[in-house]
Amino acid sequence: MSEDKGKHVAEPAPEPADQPLSAEQARAAKADLETAGGAKEPSLVPAAAQGGITAERDSSPFRNFFAGSAMTSVLAVLLALIAGGLLIASTDKQVASSAAYLFGRPTDFLAAVWNAATQSYVALFQGAVFNPRAATVAGQFAPIMETLTIATPLITAGLGVALAFRAGLFNIGAQGQIIFAGIFAGWVGFALHLPMGLHLLLVLVAGIIGGAIWGGLVGLLKARTGAHEVILTIMFNYIALYFLRFLLTTPAFQRPGASNPISPVLDPSAIYPQIFGSQYRLHLGFILAIAATVLVWWLLNRSTLGFEFRAVGANPKAAQTAGINVSRATILVMAMAGGLAGMAGVAQVAGTEKVLTEGVAASFGFDAITVALLGRSSPWGTFAAGILFGAFRAGAVQMQVQTGTPIDIVLVVQSLIVLFIAAPPLVRAIFGLNPRRKKMATAATSPKAALPGGAA
Amino acid sequence: MKTSLRAIPKRGSLATVAALGATALLLTSCGAPPEAGGTSSEGASDYTGCIVSDSGGFDDQSFNQSSYEGLKKAETDLGIKVNQAESTADTDFGPNLRAMVTAGCDMTITVGFLLGDATEEQATANPDSHFAIVDFNYETPIANVKPIIYDTAQAAFMAGYLAAGTTKTGTVATFGGIKIPTVTIFMDGYADGVKYYNEQNNKQVKLLGWNKDAQDGSFTGDFEKQDVGKQLTQNFLDQGADIVMPVAGPVGKGAGAALQEAKDSGKDVKLIWVDSDGFLNAPEYADVMLSSVMKSMGETVEEVVKEDKDGNFSNTPYVGTLENNGVALAPFHNFDSEVSADMKSQLEQIKKDIISGTLVVSSEASPKS
Repeated sequence: MSEDKGKHVAEPAPEPADQPLSAEQARAAKADLETAGGAKEPSLVPAAAQGGITAERDSSPFRNFFAGSAMTSVLAVLLALIAGGLLIASTDKQVASSAAYLFGRPTDFLAAVWNAATQSYVALFQGAVFNPRAATVAGQFAPIMETLTIATPLITAGLGVALAFRAGLFNIGAQGQIIFAGIFAGWVGFALHLPMGLHLLLVLVAGIIGGAIWGGLVGLLKARTGAHEVILTIMFNYIALYFLRFLLTTPAFQRPGASNPISPVLDPSAIYPQIFGSQYRLHLGFILAIAATVLVWWLLNRSTLGFEFRAVGANPKAAQTAGINVSRATILVMAMAGGLAGMAGVAQVAGTEKVLTEGVAASFGFDAITVALLGRSSPWGTFAAGILFGAFRAGAVQMQVQTGTPIDIVLVVQSLIVLFIAAPPLVRAIFGLNPRRKKMATAATSPKAALPGGAA
Repeated sequence: MKTSLRAIPKRGSLATVAALGATALLLTSCGAPPEAGGTSSEGASDYTGCIVSDSGGFDDQSFNQSSYEGLKKAETDLGIKVNQAESTADTDFGPNLRAMVTAGCDMTITVGFLLGDATEEQATANPDSHFAIVDFNYETPIANVKPIIYDTAQAAFMAGYLAAGTTKTGTVATFGGIKIPTVTIFMDGYADGVKYYNEQNNKQVKLLGWNKDAQDGSFTGDFEKQDVGKQLTQNFLDQGADIVMPVAGPVGKGAGAALQEAKDSGKDVKLIWVDSDGFLNAPEYADVMLSSVMKSMGETVEEVVKEDKDGNFSNTPYVGTLENNGVALAPFHNFDSEVSADMKSQLEQIKKDIISGTLVVSSEASPKS
């Protein structure tokens, strides 16, 4: 990954000859970028701190973390750990009982707070990275495998969201796209009986097509009618969910002889092979997620089409003037975003769940938005953010089982950590070191930022 | 959030709040510390019972909660250790179950058909661990999994008979959460009970919300949206029903709210709760609670854990019936005086007949044995 970091840092800004935008347009475009063409709230996360969204500062979060603001990141994690630790301690029984005699023997209370917090974090680590308590070496490495498994759908769905972000489209339809892909892939998986290899390939293709249709339709409606993609994707999520619910009540999607809303198990020939054998759930989908990340990186940074996407995202009107077909770009980018989310759907039905149920998409489609934002909408940033989220998800199980921390508190703590990591300015403000305040203020008050934008 | 912030307008009052808090802390913190080393619980067994919920969570007012309470009861009664994992999504089932097995659980309880595949997978991979699954049965039995299922139609039959005999308007109603066997079995029994009452007494009590022959009726679509349950109940009231049985977990509270409102405006309406005794578990609707169709999941879970702890595990399905008190009609509580002695004796007779087999209650969703 460090190799890539080098590439990113060395990556030149687009050649002026390829760059049809004037300096004035470029400046306006930058302001628009910071609000995703006006579709986003201007100051959700101060765009100056998001960095990676802009074309000329396209870089991985690693660079942001270690070059510019390593200290801020360390402080962010520290702050999150402290806040989370206090929260865990406040729900701990031992802490509560020792608080009753706080002044009688304060050491008890402090020890209880310390134990509650550290035990939870140790459990999180043991559930997400490495578990030294496991009996076998294979068992010790099981947590990291689990992390990567859970990260797989988050990465591909996150890439879909990030790709659309870069084209200025606030795509919150990943959930629906995952579900629709799941329906296609699942049906091919359990209803058709094909030879090994071909079957899985067909499942994958069906899933990607399913997602691409669902995403592409949004792009088509937006390009042709100008309907806003946020409304469209929200509604398409509902349509997909209730359509799946309906399908699961029909005999064609139920197990023979049963009427529970759960599909038959997919054929063995339709299931992703497990990469490191049957003791880990990690499946081929993870390799495909890496491939997808490379592909999206190449698309955005090395291809003409990707340049068009970014230009449309920067300023659709300028892009139109420069001869880019904005409608075509909108439809294409949404179809591709849908296809990527579709890969997440395939990872669910053919990778981990092996059946189609109403909850097959869990909340991956919505988590993908956070993953993409956390990854600054850059491919490798999204990849890293997906793995971070996967680690939290995997660790949550151990945190709950080992220490008895209620699952809701686990989720609150994890959300706090993400919040602090995602909002460095907040951390800087808390510690009273905010050198960029002036620059942020200009960005937020830029007149362009308030204008409604978006393609079409 | 906003109001709470507005409630603290100035720094001065913030200081007051802080001072108050400090005082409170001071007052509650002056207790004497316990003697060191006196906390080890004696006679505690090293048997560990574990439970994995479905996405409803342990506060679902339904089978997750009942099973969980049963296991917690086993913790105090039998001195076992308890591990729990709540699933927030379907994708959590596998990881949660694996974590339980890894944590060294002697028996793991899982809840609902959605966990069927995950339980089977872990049970096959870990033949030495024992499992029990509530409300689900396998077509081919698994050596180390005990299914816990209920012939709920038997008790629901009694509820249907009671409703038909109690209604003043001649119309009763029911609705479900999602159309799955564990829900429709209630509705089938209820429908048969109403039908039986009509046959026996030459009456024409109408049932809304479920057609047993067509296997179709009213559903809210999930086990979460209480407002939909409330709306549906109001529709039934508008159509003349005066007794409603919601089979939808927490959505039943929506029905309770609608009935309570109708009662407050002078209507004579009643509620039949399901799963547990609603008079105790949903006391806010005690005023309209005619009775409940109970599935004794808590007791069964405790019993199954006890058997396993004593080394008597078997994979024979436990089938709750009227005979073994696995299912039952709850007491009438506040309505005890309104239910005639005649009705009570008829219900008693029905119970006897069902147990003896002279009266057969059948449902497509009934456990096949």
